[in-house]
Amino acid sequence: MTPCHFFIYIRIKLDIMNILVCISNVPDTTSKINFKEGNTAFDTQGVQFIINPNDEFGLTRAIWLQQKEGAKVTVVTVGDASCEPILRKCLAIGADQALRIDLQPQDGFEVAAQLAAICKKEHFDLIITGRESIDYNGGMVGGMLATLMDMPYVANCIQLDIASNEVGVQREIDGGKEVLNAKLPLVIGAQKGLVEEKDLIIPNMRGIMQARQKPLDVISPEEISPASKVLTFEKPSEKGPVKLVDADDIDGLIDLLENEAKVL
Amino acid sequence: MAVIVYIESENGSPKKAGLEVASYGRAIADAKGLPLVGVGFNVTQREDLNAYGVDTFYNMDTLGEVNFDVNRYSEAIAQVVEKEKASTVVVSSTSNGRYLGPIVAIKTNAAYLSNVVALPTTYEPVQVKRTCFTNKAFNETQSTKERTVLSLSSNSFGLHKKQSTVTFMDGTYPSLSSTLQVKSVEKVTDKVSIADADIVVSGGRGLKGPENWHLIEDLAEVLGAATACSKPVSDMGWRPHSEHVGQTGKPVASNLYIAIGVSGAIQHLAGINASKVKVVINTDPEAPFFKAADYGIVGDAFEVVPKLTEKLKARTQ
Ligand SMILES: Cc1cc2nc3c(=O)[nH]c(=O)nc-3n(C[C@H](O)[C@H](O)[C@H](O)COP(=O)(O)OP(=O)(O)OC[C@H]3O[C@@H](n4cnc5c(N)ncnc54)[C@H](O)[C@@H]3O)c2cc1C
Repeated sequence: MTPCHFFIYIRIKLDIMNILVCISNVPDTTSKINFKEGNTAFDTQGVQFIINPNDEFGLTRAIWLQQKEGAKVTVVTVGDASCEPILRKCLAIGADQALRIDLQPQDGFEVAAQLAAICKKEHFDLIITGRESIDYNGGMVGGMLATLMDMPYVANCIQLDIASNEVGVQREIDGGKEVLNAKLPLVIGAQKGLVEEKDLIIPNMRGIMQARQKPLDVISPEEISPASKVLTFEKPSEKGPVKLVDADDIDGLIDLLENEAKVL
Repeated sequence: MAVIVYIESENGSPKKAGLEVASYGRAIADAKGLPLVGVGFNVTQREDLNAYGVDTFYNMDTLGEVNFDVNRYSEAIAQVVEKEKASTVVVSSTSNGRYLGPIVAIKTNAAYLSNVVALPTTYEPVQVKRTCFTNKAFNETQSTKERTVLSLSSNSFGLHKKQSTVTFMDGTYPSLSSTLQVKSVEKVTDKVSIADADIVVSGGRGLKGPENWHLIEDLAEVLGAATACSKPVSDMGWRPHSEHVGQTGKPVASNLYIAIGVSGAIQHLAGINASKVKVVINTDPEAPFFKAADYGIVGDAFEVVPKLTEKLKARTQ
């Protein structure tokens, strides 16, 4: 490399947007949820794990930015070795590298604090989390991480457009949406709308082969205590059978809703 | 020491979600023998605060700023929490409540527990029942911090009146600069939102196409209900994404959920399970929704729904 090339290399390096996508390993949406050890632990037997759907919408947007703007995309998860297949899948989808913080987290705070430790070592311009994970539904990692990093956070993010440092974002709110201006660095909570279902990337053979060569680094966790712990689990009680009403007996249905269920 | 509740409002009056949080906070305050302190922004209507047992209310005048500002709101709440040395803070599970909760928790060095569906079973430490796996299960969670922020699931505790005489305190709206600026808010004003609705009418692929959605809309209108849809319906662009309910869409916790031409896939049911009463209308008696519903009609939506709408209309006249 000549000095001139080296200079160009550095320039490009500096201009590259550095994106971190935080991935949660969650049970497939069709999973039957069972518990073990006296209802104190989730029974993973026979359960397929997937990339948390909200995170996948975020990852897809990140890959779009990688392809259009040359951003670098790192995916990270806080979890034990059983999470590696979904990190490999993220790499096959197109992420450049993966990190695994080697810890089975107790709660969302622990995840956010471990992620913050990573983000304090390496600067990320854009940090993408999912709106919530579909297992514990905490909806807390993004907001906590942003606050720990003193960065702004946009929850329920349904649009993200980046032009140099200016960012146009939209947040879904009850009954509508909020249109915001932001700047990098920024943390968002991704959800459907950020990209469409049809934009999701199904890894092809080439992606899967390349993923094997991409770095997946395992990082030791920091010493951080969780803020809460789950003591026991419980399944909802079985509900009674449905009361069927004849299609011609609309009055009967209205009567049941009014006088029995008392919801009209 | 006090129990703090964030009371959301609209046009100066507390919203229903805010009053449910007040009811819940009041019950905790009574159990612990503490006053109930509310925090809100531009609230002028006091009757509801008195009726739901708020003892002290910090009202922040945002000085003409009409938009929600996550940084300033969370800072304002955090300041009151510190000032009152509160160990329990309650927010709602609206989009703004769930946005603020984790941020306030970090700012005040608290644990954050979302999806709370019951009063704590113990207070020292706080232990409480929450939903998980998108309503497929519950868990009992214990806070390991001295302070806990709880986000209460909508419609899980209900409204409970208790008379009080509220003292209004003028809070100072913190001036924080942020790179995040709200440019505009686009709200559908002529319709009730899924989050606020007592009744939700939902349509699935069984309705065959977007041109048939008047069936759903007309029924929703007589009931004062919000409209919703299944995932494929929004994926195909028949309806906006904001109407997609389920595990990967919006959660529904209404009093009444009416599903029309929806098969009742596990991902759909997960998102709507917290609704109190479920009604299904479907041509297929084997549709899984019949196992999850309280009331059902095996029948063609195109015949049943217009009749139902007509009868309900006649009833209200
Ligand atoms: C990762 C993942 C996440 C998902 N998340 C969600 C989610 O959040 N929400 C969601 O809804 N789905 C979700 N799904 C999709 C889900 O699996 C189902 O495919 C979907 O819910 C089915 O939608 P539907 O009931 O509208 O359509 P269908 O399953 O096609 O059902 C249509 C129903 O209409 C009935 N019907 C037909 N004609 C009539 C008529 N004239 N009158 C009355 N009834 C009629 C049929 O009998 C049938 O039961 C998810 C799937 C995956 C893989």
